[in-house]
Amino acid sequence: MVVGVVGGFAALRLVTSRNVVHAALYLVVTLAMVGGTYLLVAAEFLAWVQVLIYVGAIVVLLLFSLMLTKAPIGRDTLDNQQRGIAALVGAGVLAGLVFLIQDAFAGKRVILQPVRTAQVGTAIFRDFVLPFEVVSVLLLAALIGAVVIARKDESPGAPPERRVPLIGREERVAR
Amino acid sequence: MSCLLAATIRLPFLLFFGAFLFSCGVYGVLARRNAVLVLMSIELMLNAVNVNLVAFSGYFRQLTGQIFALFVITVAAAEIGIGLAIIILIYRNRETINVDEISLLKW
Repeated sequence: MVVGVVGGFAALRLVTSRNVVHAALYLVVTLAMVGGTYLLVAAEFLAWVQVLIYVGAIVVLLLFSLMLTKAPIGRDTLDNQQRGIAALVGAGVLAGLVFLIQDAFAGKRVILQPVRTAQVGTAIFRDFVLPFEVVSVLLLAALIGAVVIARKDESPGAPPERRVPLIGREERVAR
Repeated sequence: MSCLLAATIRLPFLLFFGAFLFSCGVYGVLARRNAVLVLMSIELMLNAVNVNLVAFSGYFRQLTGQIFALFVITVAAAEIGIGLAIIILIYRNRETINVDEISLLKW
């Protein structure tokens, strides 16, 4: 309950805060609370994967890109003019989902049963081997694609940058 | 440990949490101008989906939901890598990452 309230509050601040760095830090809180939810439902391995990948890697990546693209601060530069319509759509989605959930699952309870990491590993490598391999190829493709896209391409007209090799620099200076 | 084993949690709590995260993500995607913030909101929506998957995995006593959540996390990592690369490239070319000023493909 507490985890849910804190996570919800942080998510709300994430989409309404005026400073992009604050938004990223609220994202950290939200993701940590989602990880806490996983712990509550006794999905231990998934909780640590969440903390490692999201809080550890993705948020750092997002912060780096925020620093690289200088982001202005202020409501008018961060939000566009459709804010009212967007709030309406969001509230509508929330109302519809709450109605559906209340209609279908009111009073149901989850019986907590700790899931050990060994069970997850067995399930992955027995039943889901092919998706696992496909997802690894996808990750490799995304990695190479990101490097190719973000690489600074050298224009042919510019003079080639003269690179001094690191090894042998001392000898050259000495001569 | 035995009391932990016997403990239950109400399913609608988890589902409401997921629904709230998803709505916040929808609002963020629709209302934000900064492309990095739009990506963050998309991450929020993916996390909402993961919360639902894990909740139902516990409810049905099956592991498939958790495995699926793992795959969703992996694909989200790939997506955010590509997305940030594209954003940085756009920033280098156009000096802005406001999604309403990047209208080259419109009309």
